Amino acid sequence: MTYHNPPTTPRKSATFDDYTLSEIRRAAVTGIYDIRGAGAKRKLPHFDDLLFLGASISRYPLEGYRERCATDVVLGTRYAKKPIELKIPITIAGMSFGSLSAQAKEALGRGATLAGTSTTTGDGGMTQEERGHSEKLVYQYLPSRYGMNPDDLRRADAIEIVVGQGAKPGGGGMLLGQKISDRVAEMRTLPKGIDQRSACRHPDWTGPDDLEIKILEIREITDWEKPIYVKVGGARPYYDVALAVKAGADVVVVDGMQGGTAATQEVFIENVGQPTLACIRPAVQALQDLDMHRKVQLIVSGGIRSGADVAKALALGADAVSIGTAALVAIGDNDPMWEEEYRKLNTTAGAYDDWHEGRDPAGITTQDPELAARLDPIRAGRRLANYLKVMTLEAQTIARACGKNHLHNLEPEDLCALTIEAAAMARVPLAGTNWIPGQTPL
Amino acid sequence: MVTINLAETSLRELNQQLHRIDPGANDRDFIVLNPRGAHAVAVGVDAPVNIEIKGSVGYYCAGMNKQASIVVDGSAGPGVAENMMSGRVLVRGDASQYAGATGRGGLLVIEGNASSRCGISMKGIDIVVKGNIGHMSAFMAQSGSLVVLGDAGDALGDSIYEAKLFVRGSVKSLGADCVEKEMRPEHVELLSGLLARAGISDIRPQEFRRYGSARTLYNFNIDNADAY
Repeated sequence: MTYHNPPTTPRKSATFDDYTLSEIRRAAVTGIYDIRGAGAKRKLPHFDDLLFLGASISRYPLEGYRERCATDVVLGTRYAKKPIELKIPITIAGMSFGSLSAQAKEALGRGATLAGTSTTTGDGGMTQEERGHSEKLVYQYLPSRYGMNPDDLRRADAIEIVVGQGAKPGGGGMLLGQKISDRVAEMRTLPKGIDQRSACRHPDWTGPDDLEIKILEIREITDWEKPIYVKVGGARPYYDVALAVKAGADVVVVDGMQGGTAATQEVFIENVGQPTLACIRPAVQALQDLDMHRKVQLIVSGGIRSGADVAKALALGADAVSIGTAALVAIGDNDPMWEEEYRKLNTTAGAYDDWHEGRDPAGITTQDPELAARLDPIRAGRRLANYLKVMTLEAQTIARACGKNHLHNLEPEDLCALTIEAAAMARVPLAGTNWIPGQTPL
Repeated sequence: MVTINLAETSLRELNQQLHRIDPGANDRDFIVLNPRGAHAVAVGVDAPVNIEIKGSVGYYCAGMNKQASIVVDGSAGPGVAENMMSGRVLVRGDASQYAGATGRGGLLVIEGNASSRCGISMKGIDIVVKGNIGHMSAFMAQSGSLVVLGDAGDALGDSIYEAKLFVRGSVKSLGADCVEKEMRPEHVELLSGLLARAGISDIRPQEFRRYGSARTLYNFNIDNADAY
């Protein structure tokens, strides 16, 4: 009698999965680590792990289509003579001209203005397209100081001192030479075609005490009119927020690790920082411990996608949220209509992240004039406005169900968590229990 | 001549007065008394006026200056003339770290020594230091010129782009991608002009050595990994 070994099913390693194998091969062949845009793609504890507790008997809901639920927010009430008043608590995050096309920047400005909110400049400085179409514009003061100009500082409605961002706390950036057009080169005072290294730290201050004096300088230059935001990457949110408040910030922006970037190392994006969900409560705690909650406003960003995310961030104590990647998607980034061209770039709609290569079929993350011309800034701006309004309506719907007549009245008690991890990070009870890991006894 | 005494007038009032100079005003000369190390003195000025500060200042004096000619009759703290756009700033004493950082235009002259990070990320400003400069000066310097009559510290011009560095004394060490370059006639001419603008007539351009970028790090290449 002959025995044959029965066939077995090939088994791939969970550790060495297909993506990991392809990255090893790519590194071995090219000698370059992967540089890409966007934020962390790995699965992280997120707002999806929280649920709202709609009102029944113990709480009293508001009528969905009849009773008002306000959405306005004022940012910069601590020192600024002219705080920013927004209709909705969703702002557009800083994204640079250079990384984005002029058409994309215009679309963001148009969309934000239609929805009653602000947009933000980026590493490349302020463009006329953006200033001209943004009713409220936040001017970023970045370590690279590319395009930094006191005239633009004065033309801004607020100034955001960027210390770090969620995709790369402690890291700088690299805009590869292929995206450096004549205009980008001129704005950044560098020759065309060479890599633009964005510094990881400000060149003229080295710590929180220096930051305090830097803020004084900017306030003096702008006659104390503009709110001063300080943006930090979500790594040590309690201490960074506390120090930003001490330094005199009017507004603190905490960007979790799902926050996007124009281009940096994949290894950095996926392995440095903390999830957005984990950053909010420590940031709020810092403000509360300093008796500054609601006096210094907190903006949270990093992977915000829907009205539910907005409502959850606000319920955990944020005053507003900021969106970057979602705004790009709203104006057409990674749209399946360009699938054929994404395929030519060895990717697919929804996965395209080589923004630094400047070949974006959607005309958004590019400086190629033919590609950029594909984006109609008026139509794209309308799409962004629609998206922002839908997010706001969604957040209002949830807030009313929780009995709130203002989005800012949402609170942690309106939430429970689906996982122990999310319960611990958000400091809300695990669903079906009164247990908040680390806060209450099991 | 307008005299502002910071022992009696607040910093806010000083800067406000300097920001509100009427283009047609006759008063173009300002004297600032008793700065006593105050930060952010005469920042954000955007008018062709003369400002003389009688004493030493703290951080960021003359920050983002446009058009104005500002003299510090004393020493300056960190970040003097940071991000200056145009005009002229003269420090009669020493300057602390980050002098002229990210400056985009104009001329900064320091009669004494400057500390570390002088001209860091400079973007078009011209800086003349009559004394020495500290370490990491002209780090990531993009454009403009840094002239040093004395010595330079460690890692001069690390990761430099297109800025031009002229040092008359010794250089303790050069940073990544910074190399000594030939002084060609056009550089002698450029340096002569800079020395003249700084009011220096007794030193010849030929006494200086020129440093700049080897341009090997301008585009990322894994074979240069040791330099990162």
